[in-house]
Amino acid sequence: MEQDRIRNFAIIAHIDHGKSTLADRILELTGALTQREMREQVLDTMELERERGITIKAQAVRVRWRGHELNLIDTPGHVDFTYEVSRSLQACEGALLVVDAAQGIEAQTLANAYLAIDGLLEIVPAVNKIDLPQADPDGSSRELGELLGESPDRVLRISAKTGDGVPEVLDAIVERIPAPTGDADAPARALIFDSSYDQYRGVVAFVRVVDGRFETREPLRAMAQGTAFEAEELGVLSPAREPVDSLGAGEVGYVITGLKDVSSLRVGDTLTSRRRPADQALPGYQDVKPMVFAGIFPTDSDDYPELRDALERLKLNDGSLSYEPETSQALGFGFRCGFLGLLHMEIVRERLEREFDLDLLITAPNVAYRAMTRTGEIVEVHNPAEMPRELDEVEEPYVKASVIVPKDYVGAVMELANERRGSFDHLEYLSEERVMLSYELPLGEIVFDFYDQLKSRTRGYASFDYELAGFRPGDLARVDILVGGEQVDALSLIIHRDFAYDRGRQLVERLRKEIPRQMFDVPVQAAIGSRVIARETIKARRKDVLAKCYGGDISRKRKLLEKQKKGKKRMKQVGGVEVPQEAFLAVLNLDSDRKK
Amino acid sequence: MGHVRHLYVHLPFCAHRCGYCDFVTVVGRGEQHGSYVDALLAELELEGDVLADPLETVFLGGGTPTFTDATELARLLEGLPAAEELTVEANPETVTPDLARLLRSHGVNRVSLGAQSFQPHLLAVLERRAAPDDVRRSVARLREAGFDNLSLDLVYGVPGQSPADLDHDLDEALALEPEHLSCYELEAKPGTRFTHAHGDELERQAEAMEGYFEQVVDTLTAAGYRWYETANFCLMGAKAGGRDLRARHNLGYWRGRDYLGVGMGAVATVSGERRRNVSSLARYLAALASGAKPPSELEIIDRETHEREKLMLGLRLDEPLVVAEVGDALDRKALSSLAERGLVDVSTNGRGEEMSLTRHGRFLGGGVTAELLS
Repeated sequence: MEQDRIRNFAIIAHIDHGKSTLADRILELTGALTQREMREQVLDTMELERERGITIKAQAVRVRWRGHELNLIDTPGHVDFTYEVSRSLQACEGALLVVDAAQGIEAQTLANAYLAIDGLLEIVPAVNKIDLPQADPDGSSRELGELLGESPDRVLRISAKTGDGVPEVLDAIVERIPAPTGDADAPARALIFDSSYDQYRGVVAFVRVVDGRFETREPLRAMAQGTAFEAEELGVLSPAREPVDSLGAGEVGYVITGLKDVSSLRVGDTLTSRRRPADQALPGYQDVKPMVFAGIFPTDSDDYPELRDALERLKLNDGSLSYEPETSQALGFGFRCGFLGLLHMEIVRERLEREFDLDLLITAPNVAYRAMTRTGEIVEVHNPAEMPRELDEVEEPYVKASVIVPKDYVGAVMELANERRGSFDHLEYLSEERVMLSYELPLGEIVFDFYDQLKSRTRGYASFDYELAGFRPGDLARVDILVGGEQVDALSLIIHRDFAYDRGRQLVERLRKEIPRQMFDVPVQAAIGSRVIARETIKARRKDVLAKCYGGDISRKRKLLEKQKKGKKRMKQVGGVEVPQEAFLAVLNLDSDRKK
Repeated sequence: MGHVRHLYVHLPFCAHRCGYCDFVTVVGRGEQHGSYVDALLAELELEGDVLADPLETVFLGGGTPTFTDATELARLLEGLPAAEELTVEANPETVTPDLARLLRSHGVNRVSLGAQSFQPHLLAVLERRAAPDDVRRSVARLREAGFDNLSLDLVYGVPGQSPADLDHDLDEALALEPEHLSCYELEAKPGTRFTHAHGDELERQAEAMEGYFEQVVDTLTAAGYRWYETANFCLMGAKAGGRDLRARHNLGYWRGRDYLGVGMGAVATVSGERRRNVSSLARYLAALASGAKPPSELEIIDRETHEREKLMLGLRLDEPLVVAEVGDALDRKALSSLAERGLVDVSTNGRGEEMSLTRHGRFLGGGVTAELLS
């Protein structure tokens, strides 16, 4: 297909604002799928995505409309995947910006819209769900128009559900979005905007060809990572895989690579031919690093091999998940896992529990820290228990956060942001009713129940988005928890010095309640270095013996003792103290209790 | 002739079922006492070949054995095999001068009195029928009849009991100079009427009552009693006149010996089999009336289980337990760590390696034993 007949676009929309329904309608209307073939929301393939109403993995579908080839590139819909979104957008010349006519624009949609605008994409705005009685198409159109500096008349009004206005959307895509303008004769270059793992054929890369032409069986190379392979198969999704002989400039499709490791082919990298390689990679590649870390342990230590296999399999499809074995004295054998963000962590956890049927214990998440030791060495720390004690300075990651709320909740949001060491940047009225607040916040404050607090303090109205803004020094302390004089590695945390005392107290009090009395006094302490900041004592039992035991009772008493024995075996030993797993769980759940 | 040296005979009848009781008991039924004694003697006939002659001990427990119709009780005692120690449990209010004489004349040489408390308000909570005076009077009557080996049962941890109440009970008991005392913490067993009525109160008191066990042990040992088992005390040395006043029958249990039990709900452990008779009076009587053994549940006590029981029971005693006798039931690593923490004493002598709980260890005997079990 000639480039001027090609249109590559993405849909930017908030969760539940109708992206998937619109995609379904487009497939139907263009005949890519008949209604009967239609599975609801074809683009979301994973069970979890459907249930949570979010799209994790981007894919691309080719449809035809009035003599044009339209490639719909799906974008992941969450804050943790900003980089992936930016790469998906980079593969397009335009984006449909879809906003729920009843709810107006949300922070994340706005953030993604800005990404698109920054990427010089043509924006086609649309308000959706105009069929709903509570819809306010005029208000939403005005808001969108103001945001984009366009006349509200240019905002399309549609109902993805009924199909109303969808043909006009397709027309607008053809008319308003520019055709690709790559150099068809230049050395071939393609942008990888997504990848997935096929258990029979290995890694499948989803690409947008920018220049030149790729042929099947051609030897290829990923320019940033240097990975070399052969294009076993080229094809397009319509939406089923359809092999083609070649993919030319402007086209979108897939490449079956035969590679066995998803992380050997990263999103944002540039593919080129080894026969006639390009000099320069496409711009914008980043090596995305996990920013949030947590220990994942099987509740039953016998499940460790299952957990390891499950993580291995998840990693096949999720190059941004990282993990390494971790041994905790308190929790046994497990893994320290790195995630792009909290949602990513939640998704991984749910998939482990649901798809692999594992019972897990997950430590409180922490962010990545950069510690400068007294000797001038810089170490990146992913586990609070490994934070060096002799520190010169610690840096923690900050984010630029934006929150959109009805104006009545501005105070509540400011209060929360202040409590969480946020520094105010600016405030902007999106409309008469809605305000966007921008803050800089430590990521560590966000991973600790920030989002839940935000939701509860704004009655669910706030929408929230953030992007990383680099590392900054912070007055941080490592708080250790000691039981019976011995440090419980899994409970160490890094926290701002101002909050250390309160948090230490909470943990210590909770543990005193949760750990059963032992045969000796057990001190429970929170300490910064060698300085104890909170202390409780679990008093020793004075008596633990069954009163009588005669002929008829012997079996029953024996069984009682065996039960007591079994109970002891299930406990974890810390400093000679038997700590039931429930105690760790209770402490790790302290966060969720605070929300109540 | 068999090897079993201990015989337990269960007499289930009671005037009233106390709220905290979870023993196998039957209220009233005067008309059935005769047929029950018939059944006991019949069962003894069927099972008796395992018994040694003479027996070391016979124990009549209940129920309230002394509530049994006197003529029938006498007939039972006459039908029992001879033993060196013959104990009968009695409730104070049932001990008349006649009964005391009857017991004595039929070879009973030890009486265990269910005193429980000397405080009217606590006796009321326990639903005991005896008044404090009944206890004192019954002791006097038994002494008069010639008994020189009496045991008193006391219960502590009763809802509403203060430390002063406990002191008072201990003083009263000591004033009667019993040869032996059994002091039990009240167990509120799930499903009993008592737990239903007082469970919450007991939970509230739990912490305050933690010291009661220490109070009992301190008071009785100071008064010259030997704390020879977790809940049992006996006079020793000069005060005992050189006698060993431990309950020999119960020592048999704690040393892991075989014993025969007859009667409804009675338990026997003989040659690796533990048998528990049916606890329905009607079914028990019917079986024996037809010449059959009563229905029972059987539990196999293999060598390993036996060793575990020996460890669990033996550690209740103040005499050392020979380590070799409990074999693999013992966790050696736990033993050394508990010894290090001062909860177990380990020594080696002519009998080999022995262990016993230290004083501190005995208060925590349950937890310590659970750790010692492999």
